[in-house]
This record gives sequence, structure tokens and C-alpha cells, in this order.
Amino acid sequence: MDFTFTEDQQLFADSVKDFLQGEITAESIRASWETETGRSDELWAQITELGLPAMLVPEEFGGLGMTELDVVLMAIECGRVALHEPIVEMAMVATPLLAALAPNNEKCADLLGQIAGGEAKVAIAHTVNHVVADAHIADYLILPHADQIHLVAQADVKLEAQESVDPSRRLSTVDWTPSEATCIASGAEGVALLAATLNRGALASAAQMIGLAEAMVARSVQYSEERQQFGKPIGVNQALKHHMANCAVKTEFAKAPLYRAAYVLSMKPESADFAISHAKVVAGEAALFAAKNSIQLHGAMGYTWECDLHIWMKRSWALDKFWGHAGFHKNRTHQWLMNPNAQIGADNTFGAVAI
Amino acid sequence: MDLNYTPEQNAFRKEVRDWLAANVPAEPLQSFDIAEGFEQHREWEKTLAEGNWGMVTWPTEYGGRACNLIEWLIFEEEYYKAKAPLRVNQNGIFLLGPTLMEYGTPEQKERFISAMASGEEMWAQGWSEPGAGSDMAAIRSTAFRDGDEYVINGQKVWSTRAVFADWVFCIFRTEQGSERHKGLSFVFVPLDAPGVTVRPIPQLDGLPGFAEIFFDDVRVPVENRLGGEGEGWSIAMATAGFERGLMLRSPARFQETAKRLVELYRENQNEIMDLTIEDAVVKSYMDAEAYALSTYQTASRLIKGGKIGAEASLNKIFWSEMDQKMHETAMSILGARAELLPHAPAAGDVGTWLEGFMFAQSGPIYAGTNEVQRNIIAERLLGMPRK
Ligand SMILES: Cc1cc2nc3c(=O)[nH]c(=O)nc-3n(C[C@H](O)[C@H](O)[C@H](O)COP(=O)(O)OP(=O)(O)OC[C@H]3O[C@@H](n4cnc5c(N)ncnc54)[C@H](O)[C@@H]3O)c2cc1C
Repeated sequence: MDFTFTEDQQLFADSVKDFLQGEITAESIRASWETETGRSDELWAQITELGLPAMLVPEEFGGLGMTELDVVLMAIECGRVALHEPIVEMAMVATPLLAALAPNNEKCADLLGQIAGGEAKVAIAHTVNHVVADAHIADYLILPHADQIHLVAQADVKLEAQESVDPSRRLSTVDWTPSEATCIASGAEGVALLAATLNRGALASAAQMIGLAEAMVARSVQYSEERQQFGKPIGVNQALKHHMANCAVKTEFAKAPLYRAAYVLSMKPESADFAISHAKVVAGEAALFAAKNSIQLHGAMGYTWECDLHIWMKRSWALDKFWGHAGFHKNRTHQWLMNPNAQIGADNTFGAVAI
Repeated sequence: MDLNYTPEQNAFRKEVRDWLAANVPAEPLQSFDIAEGFEQHREWEKTLAEGNWGMVTWPTEYGGRACNLIEWLIFEEEYYKAKAPLRVNQNGIFLLGPTLMEYGTPEQKERFISAMASGEEMWAQGWSEPGAGSDMAAIRSTAFRDGDEYVINGQKVWSTRAVFADWVFCIFRTEQGSERHKGLSFVFVPLDAPGVTVRPIPQLDGLPGFAEIFFDDVRVPVENRLGGEGEGWSIAMATAGFERGLMLRSPARFQETAKRLVELYRENQNEIMDLTIEDAVVKSYMDAEAYALSTYQTASRLIKGGKIGAEASLNKIFWSEMDQKMHETAMSILGARAELLPHAPAAGDVGTWLEGFMFAQSGPIYAGTNEVQRNIIAERLLGMPRK
């Protein structure tokens, strides 16, 4: 029993953190809003250089062969800077699906190699989401159709842009026709892969929301020292201190469930539903709560377009609902817990894990 | 990261489980807030100590098993699962014990630790005073040197189980004219010393769970001081760290309460009209599990040489408010039966929820109020401005 990350895992997260903190700023995010795609080839080249798209691609397909556990800390860091590039979803959600099929599917294997090498991008749709993120810059789309999964070239579909409250998010709906040639999985295999995909999406969102929550609190604390009222920094007021302390408590107790979810998903994905849903619910609560308390701390300034807070706040609003909203995930925990055969109690903390 | 127990850990769990199955009293003991129940609990502490199960993390020379924190968590899980008695000497074993091991002289460790572990000597904590609650630095009770002795005068209050305990560990002002955090020392006083008067204070349930202690020219030898003269505050802060940190409230306690809550909900499901209750039940369970996961994480970190600091305040807020919420939910499920004492003829199987509900009201108060913890988090963990 050892519930810590290895030194390598920490170092990897720290190196990504350093890179992101150096490159991504509120100004650079705002600048991206003004561009047509909202995405930057230059930045993507740097991200590829770091090997990020190859993280969960198995080594035999040209990747780094990492697991969810190796990358979950990195996803937190992407949330912390409110990264707009689609790396988290591509690396943590799309490539694992392709990797599951690649041993018997040359198309998937080829595409994985291209993704790992930074030559191709892929976006992924799921019935739990109404829209697809970053389909506009993808070369390929992974699209579900009943129990089937299709891999379709972006050139063969019609996209309709759907504007999000978060200007960093670029969303689309997809008009397409399934064909035998594009089908990469179906039947029980398709259903299982789509279920696993949902869990991966939920994990990726939960991780980013932890980073978002901590970033909003950090910004708020800083503002509370700068802004003066009644001749003192507003941060001396206990009401504001307690708002922030409450955020810290919520975020802290969302972390261990997140790490457990990453562990179970990487070791025993078929038993991960409860752990994933727990993590997604509490990370969403932490992020929404931090957003609400942060805007309150900022006063009217927080209600403006000019104040950077909304970059993080709006991402939180979006990700809390993406890859299964709280209702969906709470429902799964209810079903799990209310089952009379559920193994619960003090000696069952890791019951769902027991490998 | 490896979230599987090792074969040794599984064997340890089995050993704990078997021993508890053979030794936990079949009938629940009486409350330790009455004389007879207190003695029953003292006997239980003796039984634990005889099996070397009193404090599994302590070194073997003090009757422990030199277990690491993961094994401690396993012990606690089995302990609560077996419905073993609450630990009557928790002020001693959870708070003073670790403090003694860190700051005590070899003679003090020799003199006090084993007797504490065996239940022979029960300890109370005497820090709060009528004028010094959250603001503990306002302590006014004094212990002034007279040769090889301290002469103690003043008053302590809210001292848990002092009514039946043998010793109390206190913070007194030892420097004439000193103020605030300076000039305080950490001193042990036998509760049967001449000049000590203990006056019971009935708690919400009517039982004398804590007491006021009056000191009137009480004399204790200088050897009863822990650490240096004037170092009382920093030692007390270390003790408070243990209190809020890991040991005082292990996750197993809340996980078992959450499990009972799930069972209570299932049994009463058909009569429940409030649709929000199921959500509260599930949230309670998930929170208890989050607390357990977080504690495993902290334990793993500490085993690898990490330290626990101001984040102990995050813990204290989380477990105390979770405990309140769980018991509120149980009361909602019990509905009109909730107010009945267990022995009321119409109470049926309401069990101990009411007792737990009342005690849960004190969680956000003792061990440093949650408001004060929030101040600590905001200022020390997040860095918000003090003035
Ligand atoms: C069940 C129980 C057992 C206890 N056992 C012991 C024991 O064994 N030994 C012992 O020494 N003490 C014990 N205590 C006492 C406990 O430590 C104190 O109750 C606690 O420190 C708070 O002090 P107080 O009760 O005087 O409340 P006060 O300090 O008077 O506080 C009253 C209210 O004011 C708030 N408040 C005070 N200062 C601030 C501030 N700066 N910012 C915001 N809010 C503030 C508090 O949070 C609280 O809500 C026990 C208490 C309880 C309830």
C-alpha cells in the first residue's frame, strides 16, 4: 500500500507545469480568442516536442506507453493555466481508444503513430456530450453511432460551429453518414470502449477542474492583498478568508478521490465507474464553488470581461457538465451504494480496487 | 502508487481481526462519563495493553508494535468494524503520548508512558480557561517556582474526563509578568494533589463528561515540566497538531458511521418522503471515503519522510462537519422517533444516533474551533493578509 506518486511522475508533472506557466498567460489566452481557430500551430509544435500527444500511446505504436496515473498530475497543471489547446482530451481520451483497437486495426495503428509524431490530430465525440470539442482543427474524428465507433476523416463530415460561454472552447456538431468503411468497432466491443471513453473523459475533466479551482483561489488571494477598502487590503476581512478556506477544504478532499480514480482506471478499468464518478462529482463541486466564491471576492471587477477570472470560471462551468454532469455521475454512485451487495465500510476503502 | 495491501498487511489485518473477535466485550460498555463505565473502559485499556494492542504505532519498549501508519489505519478499520469500545484515555495516548516521546526526558518517558499505555494512569487535558478559549495565549493560571517545586494557582475548564482521570497536563504561566505566548510552560499535575478541586460539568446529555479544575497553592516537583521553562506554547502547538492531524479521528470511525447510515436508509427507504435524503446519505458515504483516501495519502507521504503542517486544519474542518452532516441525516431519517432516548418504550431500534448527533455538535468546537481553523488555512496555507 503506497498512495503517493513516484518521483518520475512528479518530475514529469513539474516539467509540464514549468513549460505551461512560461507559455500560457491570460494575455496569450485572450489573444487566441481573436484568432480564427483559437489554436496555435507554434504552441502545438512545442507541446508535441514535449511528447504530450504520445503519452498514452503504447510504445509499439511510437508512443511513450504511459498510464492515466502518469498523466493525471499533468492534466491538473493544464487546468491550472486554463490551457486552450486540446491536449488533455486528445491524449487522455482519444488515443487510449485507438490504442485499444490498434493491435488488430491498421488504420488506428497508423493514426496513433501520426498522433505521437505530431503529424495528426484527432477529436472525439460521445453521446453524453452534445457537442465535440476541437473537431475544427482535427484531421480525424472518432464518432459513436449506436454500438458502433467510427473513425472519419474531418474532410468527410460537415461541422457546424457551436459557440461556448468559454471563448477558449471551440465546439461543433457533426453532420455525417456512417459507413462500413469507417467503422472501427461495434457490438459489445463498441459498447465497452464507449463506456471506458466516458470514464476517461470524466477523469480528464475532473483533473483539470482541480487545477482550475486552485488557480481561482490563488488569483483571489492575490487580489485580496492588492485591493484596498476602508484603508486596508480586503483580504484582512474574515468573511473573505473563510470563503477561501472553504474552497481549500473542498479542493483538498477532491484530490485523493481523483488520484484513486486515475489508479483504478489504469489498473482495473472495468471496475472504475464508482471511483470515476466520485472524482468527477467532487472535482466539479470544488471548481464551481471556487468560481462562485472568487467572483464574490472580486466584487464588480469579477463581473467584467476585462478581469481575467472568467477565463478559469467559465472553463469550470463547462467542464463540470462535460463528460457527464453531476446528475449523471451522482446517479452512478447512488446505484452502486444502494445495491444491497455493495461492499462498504471501513475495511473496504480499496474494495473496488482489489486486483 | 500501489493501492493493494501487502501479504504482511493482510496477515496483520487478520491478526487484529482475530484478536478483537476473541476479546471485544460482547455487551457494549456503559458510558465512560459515569464512574462505573469509566472503570469498565479502564479495564478494556488494560486488556488492549496486555495484547500489545494499546498503541500499535508506539515503539515496542512502550508496549507498542512499532507499526507504520498504514498498519495503524488497518488496525483502526478493524477496531471500528468490531465495534470495540471508545478509547477512554485518548487525551493521554493520542495527544500526550506522542508529545512525551518527542519532548520528554528519558526519566519522564520511563515514568509516564507505560502507565499511560496500560490504562493505569488516565490523563485529562487542562488548557482552556474561562478567559482563554480560542485565545489560548490569554492563559492566566500560574505556576511559579519555589525551589524544586512549582506552586500552582488558577482555574482550568472544559477538561474532558477530568472527573475520573488521574492526571492532567496543563499550560501555566511560569514567568511573572509575562504576556501572551511567552512565559508559558507545559506541566503535569496529579488530580489528587492537595489543593486541586475538580468540579464536574454536565454536558448536553446530562453526564459529567468534562470538568472545571481549581488550583489552590498546588505543589508539584519541577520534574513535572515537559520541555524547557517558557517553551509551553510551542510544545502545546505540537500537541494540537497531533489533535487536529491524524490520530484523534481516524477515518474508520466515520466510514462505519456512514455504513450504518446507508443501512438505516435502506431499512427506512419506504417511509422517507424527503427526496434530498438519499443524496445526503450518498454524499456522507463518499465524504467518509474521501477522508479515508486522503488519510491514506497523508500516511503514505509521512512514511516516506513527509511532514504534516497547517493542512491538519483542513482535516479538522472536514471530519467534524462531515460527522455533523451524517448525524443530521440520520435524525431526518428517524423523523419523529429521532428525539426519543434509546430506553424510551416507543424508541424501538433508534440506536445511538441521538447520542452521536449531540456529540457531533461539539466537533466543530473542540480541538480549536472551525472558525479558528479557517483563519489558519487562509493566513498560513493560502497566505491572505493578517492586517
Ligand atoms: C466536548 C468538548 C471537549 C473539550 N475538551 C477540552 C479539554 O479536554 N481540555 C481543554 O483544555 N479544552 C477542552 N475543550 C475546550 C475547547 O478547546 C474550547 O471550547 C475551544 O478552544 C473554544 O473555546 P471557547 O469554548 O471558549 O469558545 P470561544 O473562544 O468563546 O468562541 C466562541 C465562538 O467565537 C468564535 N471565535 C472566537 N475567536 C474567533 C476568531 N478569532 N475568529 C473567528 N471566530 C472566533 C469561535 O469560533 C466560536 O464560534 C473542550 C470543548 C468541548 C466542546
